[in-house]
Amino acid sequence: MRRQVLPALATALALALTACGGQTPQAANTPAPATSAPAAVADTAAPATQAPAASPAAQPSPGGRIQTIISRGNLICGVNSVLPGFGNVDSTGNFSGFDVEFCRAIAAALFDDPTKVEFRPLNAQERFTALQSGEVDVLSRNTTATLTRDGSVGLDFAPVTFYDGQGMMVRKDSGIESLEDMEGARICVQSGTTTELNLADQFRSRNINFEAVIFQEADPTFQAYDSGQCDGFTTDKSGLVSYQTKATNPDDHMILDVTMSKEPLAPAVLQGDAQWADAVRWVVYATIEAEELGITSANIGDFAATEDPNIRRFLGVEGELGAGIGLPNDFAARVIKHVGNYQEIYNRNLGPDTPFNLPRGLNTLYTEGGLLYSPPFR
Amino acid sequence: MSVAPPSQQQARIPFYRDTRIIAVLLQIIFLFVVVGFIWFLYSNMMAGLRRSNLLPNYSFLSQPAGFPISESPIPYDPGRTYGYAFIIGVLNTLRVSVIGVVLATILGVIIGISRLSSNWLLRSVATGYVELVRNIPLLLQLFFWMIMSQAFPRIQDSINLGGLLYLHNRGVTLTWMREGSSFGAWLIWIGIGGLAGVILYIARRIQFVRRDRPGVALPWALLLAAGVALVGFIILRISSGTWPLALDIPELQRFSFQGGITITTNFAALIMGLVIYTAVYIGEIVRSGIQAVNKGQREAARALGLTPGQTLRLVIFPQALRIMIPPMTSQYLNLTKNSSLAVAIGFPDLFSVAGTTLNQTGQTVPVMLIVMLSYLSVSLVTSLLMNWYNKRIQLVER
Amino acid sequence: MTTESAHARPTNPAMVIWDWLRQNLFNTWYNSIISVLIVALLFQLLSTFLGWLLTTQGWVAVLKNLRLLFVGRYPADQVWRIELVVAMIALLVGLSGGVWKGIVRNLATGFGLILSVLGLLAFTFPNDGLNPFITPPIFLLGSAALVALGVWGGSRLAEAARIPLLISWVLLYPIAILIIRGGVGLPIVETNLWGGLLLTMILSSSGIILSFPLGVLLALGRRSNLPIIKGFCVAYIELIRGVPLVTVLFMAQLMLPLFLPDQVRIDSVLRAMVAVTLFSAAYLAENVRGGLQSLPRGQTEAARALGLNPVQTTLLITLPQALRAVIPVLVGQFISLFKDTSLVVIVGLIDLLGIARTIYSQAEWKDFTGGVWRETLLVVALIYWIFSFTMSRTSKKIEEKMSVGYR
Repeated sequence: MRRQVLPALATALALALTACGGQTPQAANTPAPATSAPAAVADTAAPATQAPAASPAAQPSPGGRIQTIISRGNLICGVNSVLPGFGNVDSTGNFSGFDVEFCRAIAAALFDDPTKVEFRPLNAQERFTALQSGEVDVLSRNTTATLTRDGSVGLDFAPVTFYDGQGMMVRKDSGIESLEDMEGARICVQSGTTTELNLADQFRSRNINFEAVIFQEADPTFQAYDSGQCDGFTTDKSGLVSYQTKATNPDDHMILDVTMSKEPLAPAVLQGDAQWADAVRWVVYATIEAEELGITSANIGDFAATEDPNIRRFLGVEGELGAGIGLPNDFAARVIKHVGNYQEIYNRNLGPDTPFNLPRGLNTLYTEGGLLYSPPFR
Repeated sequence: MSVAPPSQQQARIPFYRDTRIIAVLLQIIFLFVVVGFIWFLYSNMMAGLRRSNLLPNYSFLSQPAGFPISESPIPYDPGRTYGYAFIIGVLNTLRVSVIGVVLATILGVIIGISRLSSNWLLRSVATGYVELVRNIPLLLQLFFWMIMSQAFPRIQDSINLGGLLYLHNRGVTLTWMREGSSFGAWLIWIGIGGLAGVILYIARRIQFVRRDRPGVALPWALLLAAGVALVGFIILRISSGTWPLALDIPELQRFSFQGGITITTNFAALIMGLVIYTAVYIGEIVRSGIQAVNKGQREAARALGLTPGQTLRLVIFPQALRIMIPPMTSQYLNLTKNSSLAVAIGFPDLFSVAGTTLNQTGQTVPVMLIVMLSYLSVSLVTSLLMNWYNKRIQLVER
Repeated sequence: MTTESAHARPTNPAMVIWDWLRQNLFNTWYNSIISVLIVALLFQLLSTFLGWLLTTQGWVAVLKNLRLLFVGRYPADQVWRIELVVAMIALLVGLSGGVWKGIVRNLATGFGLILSVLGLLAFTFPNDGLNPFITPPIFLLGSAALVALGVWGGSRLAEAARIPLLISWVLLYPIAILIIRGGVGLPIVETNLWGGLLLTMILSSSGIILSFPLGVLLALGRRSNLPIIKGFCVAYIELIRGVPLVTVLFMAQLMLPLFLPDQVRIDSVLRAMVAVTLFSAAYLAENVRGGLQSLPRGQTEAARALGLNPVQTTLLITLPQALRAVIPVLVGQFISLFKDTSLVVIVGLIDLLGIARTIYSQAEWKDFTGGVWRETLLVVALIYWIFSFTMSRTSKKIEEKMSVGYR
């Protein structure tokens, strides 16, 4: 009898311990909804069951990411921390920049509070891993939308927030006028970027030999160029403008009049969660639509009593627009109230009053000849 | 049940106090916990990857990589595959490690001996160097060397040392050799020289054994080999009219030097940092190894009439070596592993190439697996080699 | 001949110096050459270095970023919490110095001196007004006073204070973490705001404290004769020792969420702590194992003969002796752990080295010729150096004392 009991006891103990092992991190660290714990236990306590049997338990219902974010109480947003104008930390530790504002807009839509966002600085090489593993909820870090990234890298891109192109910065005294003059030149580029790939493609197609010097971080890349270790420095044109202000002598450098590639920069989420992707997508559209409708953070109060059904729907006064994508119905109003429309975001970070003074170029509404176009909110 | 017989035979001890049974039980529990935990992690990972449609897949290894690599020991262009890029990463890591190990050993031995020198100044400088370098993080030192290298003049204003060597902020350009038309013929001469050297070496060793007297064999053998090669060098110059090796003097082109070889700053900074850091530890190993040799050995060697140099070379060092090998192995491994810090200063080692690859392909898990396995195998192979060497020199004792 | 004349001790001081020089610098022809070369080289190096040190203007970059350097982005109005922890440590160090005397008192004296020097220096710092009541000099000098008070109090209390002091040291770590992070009554300061020296200290002290028990367990496991436990320990130790720390940190910082359920989210500083701990434990285990192996078999056999069971033998006989034997190695290990925490820069945490990099890339300093990286890196290197050097010196002292005790 005793001998019979023994193995059973051992197994029971082992199971209990295993379950504990699985549960500890949860108990210790999350205000997680109680429902998740049984799932984890079921998952671990039955090591013998096959993966298919275990995985449905681990798979959250559609819209899981939004639930996770809301129960956690803040949005975690992967951003750049060294590109003034797009994502930068000032000496007091505050994040600012164009991409950063879109994180705040998403937080505003979810929580009605743009400060409920934790910024996770990422370098170009880390960013997709962080998104894939769930380390960040959304990536708003001057990321170029490409097919590979959409497909095999596992991203889902929101609408393009900034249309850019790759450029090349050189010294004025180097005598370089075009890419063709760069035969044998040494070019500094950051790894893990589309620019790294485009550089290789462009020079290969023009049959120009070059030597790439590749750094993992953006700042050392530029420093290497600035100190003369490279003859050229390549990244997105907006980035070049931002970096030129950081140069020891900004006037010694110039940006070649050539666009090496299309660089549509867009926020991205991990694929496989359609609802969350929709939410991010429509927050971006909301900023564009607001500019088109002429609604700003300053005058949004004036629209409260409007009779225009388009605007009423847009601001969530009537209709159930947000519910379909897991957001509150007045998400657009929250975004505009706290962060502003596209124009406000642009001007605050890149516009005429900033050191960058980037012309809007393609980044204007379609009505003004640009590419910004929001599908209707209905 | 394997646990049953013991508890039956020894009826006096209840099963829950029988240490053997408890041991088996504990282990089973432990195994369950570990396996369960690993399963828990694994199933979470697979569920996450499946949800976002990113299941591990190794086909990317044969896809074209498309990204440039700044330096590589074998030809590379972005049209090559990811697998090939990986090989370059591994080769770069090995290149740094091997060069680093050799230089660090040389510097380390010098430091170790200096710390025991009778010259007070030399001893103090060596001690100061050790105390300075080993208390500062390697990464900080690497940053220092990297930025230091940027402070050199731009390539257009290189520091010119006799037209043969140029220092600039992209690296050091050295005059190097270029093979002439008679290079192939000269290789045959080198072969002959090498053979003659080996024969001489063996012959002398046999002679020593027969006469039962120690003596020097290797320098003479090397001298013979070099002599034959030199004779061939001159004969070929006379017969074919061209030197088998010509000087390749660097000339500044528009953006870079043509000819010679250039050691890039990234590579130089990495080697510099690794060597200076690791040499400190090797120096300490050498010092304590030498100190550990019994004092009587030194005195006996003196009494036999050996010079201090001979004492160090023939008596102290071979014995110290035996103590030094195991800690030396772990320093060599540390250097290899530390070379992964290359990623911070822009040298394309294994970890940096892997980082780019996982960024381009999204295959995080397979890429990290390959990286881990590569480092592990390098470590294990090095350990095996050093263990083998350790065994060999331990045998010399008997 | 020379040796004899040295022992004779000529009274003429010039002769003494001359003898010393001849014996220590010029005793052989090659030593003479080496000496001359070194003097020339040292002169060259030192004159350049000192010339730069005294003329450079770049220190302002460090001075303006002192808070960033020490506590990172920790909120200015909460910095008093860190000051409180430092004050607690100062008091404890002082008390221990008073109670234990010897090396500990030397340490306490050194700590107090450093605090006072910093306090005096702090009068020249620009006051960033983060705490109007406790300015940096007052805080630093106050802490130094606490050390002195502790030494005085400790020597009065002497024996009676030993046990309470040990308990306070054990409790210090959790209490300090609680104060710094907040929670009970205090507003919570998220770990992503921790940075600079604070983060370096927290990472390394956690690594040291937590990896110790783990490492000892692994070492015992590796020597155990239970095959599964032994196999696991061997696999773990060899796996971790075979890969670079960067890869472990990379896994912890960027890939770990993949292995956990969606709702579980472990703080990134905590993850770095765990990674550093797990990494360090493998190395520590090997050192402890070395100590265990060096023990003569007779110890275990004698313990068995006295009727101790295996657990008692390990806890009371072998482990204490083994740990004693490997103290110097362990301190060396802790020093390298302290330095290795700087690798978290690569995975995006801003520790002391990360702050240095932030400071010298700030746009304000681009007008300084050559930038301010030398000054920043020098200050940061000095901070690292002081800590590691103190640790290594202390371990050396302990080692000497112990080997004396054995004879």
